[in-house]
Amino acid sequence: MAGASAKQVLFEPIFNNNPIALQILGICSALAVTTSMSVSIVMCLAVIAVTAFSNLAVSLVRTQIPGSIRIIVQMTIIASLVIVVDQILKAYAYEISKQLSVFVGLIITNCIVMGRAEGYAMNNPPFMSFLDGIGNGLGYSIVLLFVAFFRELLGAGSLFGVTLLPTVNAGGWYIPNGLLLLPPSAFFIIGLGIWALRAWKPDQVEEPDYKMSRHSVKEAF
Amino acid sequence: MAKAKDTVSRTLMVALVLSIVFSVVVSTAAVMLRPAQIQNQNLDIKTNILAAAGMLESGATAEQIEEMFERFDVRLVDLDKGEFVEPSEIGVEDAMKYDMYRAASDPAMSTNIPSSEDKAGIKRRPNIAKVYTLSENGELVRVVLPIHGYGLWSTLYGFVSLEGDLNTIEGLGFYAHAETPGLGGEVDNPRWKQQWVGKLLYGDDPSEPRIQLVKGGVNQDTRDPEHKVDALSGATLTSVGVERLVNYWMGDRGFAPFLKKLRDGEV
Repeated sequence: MAGASAKQVLFEPIFNNNPIALQILGICSALAVTTSMSVSIVMCLAVIAVTAFSNLAVSLVRTQIPGSIRIIVQMTIIASLVIVVDQILKAYAYEISKQLSVFVGLIITNCIVMGRAEGYAMNNPPFMSFLDGIGNGLGYSIVLLFVAFFRELLGAGSLFGVTLLPTVNAGGWYIPNGLLLLPPSAFFIIGLGIWALRAWKPDQVEEPDYKMSRHSVKEAF
Repeated sequence: MAKAKDTVSRTLMVALVLSIVFSVVVSTAAVMLRPAQIQNQNLDIKTNILAAAGMLESGATAEQIEEMFERFDVRLVDLDKGEFVEPSEIGVEDAMKYDMYRAASDPAMSTNIPSSEDKAGIKRRPNIAKVYTLSENGELVRVVLPIHGYGLWSTLYGFVSLEGDLNTIEGLGFYAHAETPGLGGEVDNPRWKQQWVGKLLYGDDPSEPRIQLVKGGVNQDTRDPEHKVDALSGATLTSVGVERLVNYWMGDRGFAPFLKKLRDGEV
């Protein structure tokens, strides 16, 4: 993406080169933290902050990093930033940090962060790397919020904790779909989302790895 | 390919500088944010206690919670003897600082529960429990007791709040669990929790708690409705777990000896 404008670097990852939908990175946390919108938003902010600042930091020292330990250097930078974010959440957003529990810590292993540090920030100047981090964080966020929207609305009948469809258990009429509160449902929603995105932008459809040949053996019945 | 930056000494140098810089960053953040985090944790526990006691108004600020919690006395209880213990006797400066769940994993401060008696599925029980009492004009009006036990997937941690007669339940709630959302997770449903209010722990025998979670709910045909609560639909194992843990903690091995002495005015 050499020579891309700042705007492109920032907005390309949202629809055209989305880390989850096209690159299929970072699925694990997208399953775990999307049961409610407010939790997802905090997770998104945490990931945006970590990708942006780790890209910035890696890019700043990219000319100094010896090739043999570059992955460890990136990991150290990312892990430190994640710990700082986790500490801040525990101090200022305790309720939500309790719900996110281990998943903030697991941003360290989120493939998006590492992927962008190695794939972009190692070869690009700091400011562009910073934007690339924000862009990819936003791309991740849009998928997370898309998934969380359906899971919270149909699974719990609410959005941001505000009840929109009063559930039977709370004396209303809506029978919630329990599957949507469980992690596997995120697979279905992400799958349907990728399908919709690729129907809209057909150039994202991958070439099939192989083609099935025509059925040629004739068998007698 | 062997550029200046790829030499061994340079590699070690970069690794060292990087480690020092980031350990400073991480430890600074941890140390500076520590007081705020501890405050949050304490506030969280207080909020849960007030919620179980039905004293928590929605949207209460941190100051209001602190102020309401001030009215409670935090006391330590020796479960086997059923008597109060002074914090200094077990080497803590202040009852609030005692952590009974940490004590449960310390062999010196807990007892092994034989599996035949381990109804709550907790394996070890701390010897000393932390209870919260509320007195008005010298009269005991409310006792909040910690309870925990195994459900389907997880240990449920909660509080049960009793009225001054030490038999009527005033509220029950779990603040930490990982039961199935939408099924066992409905232990958090306010409408379900509401059913516990006014139920009686004991019948004639004050050491034999009689709480039951029944299928189909409680109606006018139910016998002894004062001990029964509707089980959670689709969550048999969570319901069984809740029933057992409440009965364990309110029974002989739990708080029954203490409640008996408290009722008789012996402690």
